[in-house]
Amino acid sequence: MKYTLFFKEAKPEEYILLGGKGASLASMSAADFPVPMGFSVTTHAYSKFLEEGKLLDVILEKVSCIDCTNTDQLESNSAEIRQLILDKPLPNDVEIAIKDSYKQLCEKAGIPNALPVAVRSSATAEDLPDASFAGQQDTYLWIVGEDEVLKNVRKCWASLFTARAINYRKNQNIDETELLMSVVIQKMVNARTAGVAMTMNPINGDRSKIVIDSSWGLGEAVVSGEVTPDNFLVDKIMLQIIVSNIQEKNIEHVPDMFNKCVVIREIETERAKEPSLSEEEVIEICKISKIIEKHYKCPQDIEWAIDADLPEGENVTLLQSRPETVWSQKTIERKALTGMEGIIDTLMNPIGTKK
Amino acid sequence: MSTKAFISPYDHKAPEGAEGWKELYPYYMTFHDNLKENEEAKFFFCDSQHWPNVFKPFDALTVEFSVKCLGQYNTRQWLIPPANGIDFKIHNGYCYMSPVEVDPSLIADRVPQFMERAGFYFQNWDSLLENWHKKVKGVIDEMEAIKFEQLPEVIDIEWVKNGVGLDPTYHMIQNYDKMIDLCYKVWMYHFEFLNLGYAAYLDFFGFCKETFPGIPDLSVAKMVQGVEVDLFRPDEELQKLAKLAVKLGLNDILKNNELDKALQIMETSTEGKEWIAAWEGAKYPWFNFTIGNGFYSSDKYWIDHLDIPFEYIKSYTERLEKGETIDRPTAKIAAERDRITEEYRDSLPGEDAQNAFDQKLGLARVVFPYVENHNFYIEHWSMCVFWRKMRELSAVFVKEGFYENIEDMFYFRREEIHQLLFDYGRGWAMGVPAIGPDYLPAEIARRKKIIDALATAPPEPAFNKPPEIVTEPFTIMLWGITSESVQGWLSSEDTGNKLKGMAASPGKVEGIARIIHSAEELRDLQDGEIMVTRVTAPSWAPVFGKIKATVTDIGGMMSHAAIVCREYGLPAVTGTGNASTKIKTGDRIRVDGGAGTVEILST
Repeated sequence: MKYTLFFKEAKPEEYILLGGKGASLASMSAADFPVPMGFSVTTHAYSKFLEEGKLLDVILEKVSCIDCTNTDQLESNSAEIRQLILDKPLPNDVEIAIKDSYKQLCEKAGIPNALPVAVRSSATAEDLPDASFAGQQDTYLWIVGEDEVLKNVRKCWASLFTARAINYRKNQNIDETELLMSVVIQKMVNARTAGVAMTMNPINGDRSKIVIDSSWGLGEAVVSGEVTPDNFLVDKIMLQIIVSNIQEKNIEHVPDMFNKCVVIREIETERAKEPSLSEEEVIEICKISKIIEKHYKCPQDIEWAIDADLPEGENVTLLQSRPETVWSQKTIERKALTGMEGIIDTLMNPIGTKK
Repeated sequence: MSTKAFISPYDHKAPEGAEGWKELYPYYMTFHDNLKENEEAKFFFCDSQHWPNVFKPFDALTVEFSVKCLGQYNTRQWLIPPANGIDFKIHNGYCYMSPVEVDPSLIADRVPQFMERAGFYFQNWDSLLENWHKKVKGVIDEMEAIKFEQLPEVIDIEWVKNGVGLDPTYHMIQNYDKMIDLCYKVWMYHFEFLNLGYAAYLDFFGFCKETFPGIPDLSVAKMVQGVEVDLFRPDEELQKLAKLAVKLGLNDILKNNELDKALQIMETSTEGKEWIAAWEGAKYPWFNFTIGNGFYSSDKYWIDHLDIPFEYIKSYTERLEKGETIDRPTAKIAAERDRITEEYRDSLPGEDAQNAFDQKLGLARVVFPYVENHNFYIEHWSMCVFWRKMRELSAVFVKEGFYENIEDMFYFRREEIHQLLFDYGRGWAMGVPAIGPDYLPAEIARRKKIIDALATAPPEPAFNKPPEIVTEPFTIMLWGITSESVQGWLSSEDTGNKLKGMAASPGKVEGIARIIHSAEELRDLQDGEIMVTRVTAPSWAPVFGKIKATVTDIGGMMSHAAIVCREYGLPAVTGTGNASTKIKTGDRIRVDGGAGTVEILST
């Protein structure tokens, strides 16, 4: 039974143990994309934890009796479940596996026992093309030391049962018994700039474009919507920036190394107004995004960061990639007249005059 | 929408010293006071893309023939549903265009006729085009066969014995008329395919713009462009000659000598003879190529000024010695074209869209070679022969003492040349001196002054009130005149140091600007400068190896300049309206060919 799996060593048949995010990181690592190194705590670890603590039945019962219209009850049952998960001791072999893997990761990175990592939940139902679970589970950044890692793995598991998540699953009729959780432990990126890239234009479904949102610091500010990010519209084929909207980005999420946590910091006006990416970086992100889309054979929604610790030209790092879920399910009807009718239509309604 | 308007031509006065300029041009090509109300209701834009310089009276036939022939196809042959021809006027020496729209109530009735007429050409494009080449070659051969020489002392004895009963003045006049006819004819041929070619290109272009909002113009051009292009052959011939010179070890002879001397030296060696044979072989027809644009009698053609291609070869040779690549990378262009096409096609939402894409691109690629190549056959080759023959005629007048310079003939309107011919023939027949030598030099001097005075003022970008929306397809396509660009001209005074134009060819550079007013000034260009000019001609390509970027006042996405800049990968911003007057030689400027912007950094 594998409780942890390094991204690089996970085999495709094992991706099922890694949840959406973990599987994506594993397959990106396998394809040699610039993904920060790390490992997944597999769903086996979560199952083993539930099993050994005899938690499954308790949880299922608490969830099943929830009436979602009763907010108080939803909140209190949710809190009870999460507390259960946080309090139960870990199975010994699971704990050893996680500690071992963390140790290995620290050694690989050259920072023995003290590598700052991101701990992210990766649920099996999450990131499926038909259910945008984005943001339903938690991410903990700048975690240092094995005890902290263990604590946050548990927090990730617990985050499956926030009131919001329970409510969401009930509304979507997602079976609680099928629900499993993997956790991703990944080397923290010292992000100068971070954001998302979508390999299509989400405004109109145009797949010949890449759209990038970008802001200073860690990607959380962009993903959470706390800042209006810089926005770039790039022609995917020509790798040419069509539109760049540079915004005033007032805050950034940055690590507080001393307190080992992430803090929100105000950005001085001058830097707030500066583009958070150079044109070369925009193009570099697009190049990588294009390769990823080709690899997965469908439009992707990619989280990336510019690692301040890496040299220019090699500093684009990928945090995750998942299939774009909105446009991919629509059939876009493009009625275009062809032949002589098309030419007449063009002559009667030349460019710039069409509504 | 702004209610701002451009100046009325009736308020736009000629520069001092140009009084009487209207008599230099046909009455139907100038603005008349009694038509003021009519003319002021129309919007005119200056076509300095094709005619950047003030016309000598004779040269006005180029705008007359070409724009008239453009019109005949729209209005009378294809019945383009929304568009008739383009009205044109000469004002203060420059030409202005006004697209003629079709009465909306008549548009629907034109559709079926257009379908039948244009449809036939689209369906039979290749075979009709093959015939077109024969027709054009026929015109060129006919022009080449015509000779102008001084009248003989006496009528040939054979004519007497054959009972011809005519004298050579009869043929001289006839030949002059024939030359004008052939020129007119070849301009009809010029537009036989062009308007439809633009329409098909525009159809694909519009489809791409709608399906891939924001797609760069360049992408569309790259998907459509040809790989083997006749228009680029002259330049390619020079590249071949440069490579041959290097291969044969003749570079030093080339570099250190003027043309005649170099040829003399080469005659003495086997390698030299081989090169001379190649040089001679390249001349026909590819040296029938002008450094101008074919629209002016003053345009110089390689074949008549062999030092021009020779200098280009020298500069190619020097670049080869520096290890640079001078070829047009045809394999790369083809591969890139395929990649771009495939990736856009893969970005389409479904099969319907892909079918439409394939169909429209297919047609655009069928028509596009004509759009690129016609320029060589008409503006270069045909007009080269036409202007040479006209100079041949003028040389006769010079020999007969009518005036001093060959160029002087072009100070007369084309129908006035008849008077010169009759004057000459009449004197010859009667055995008395012609009147011309006494009368013409003063008249030429008077006209020269007027033309020179007109040339002191640049043209206005446009006249009168622009339409709310520019809809005429050819205006948009060929001249790049859109509602946006017109508004841009109107507000151009307020833009500070930034100029906006068309993103004609991508790339960003900074450098020193040099304003080029004519092909003659090209030699002033220094390595690494940015050429700023009213308009460029395709034949300027050989200097593109030297410069960093090009900025022009006017030009659409299909202008010759735009096509060539894209081919040569040179950043270019076209259609800025006034870059060549706003920027001064020596200014440091930043050109962004992808965004279509030019910024003056320091003066």
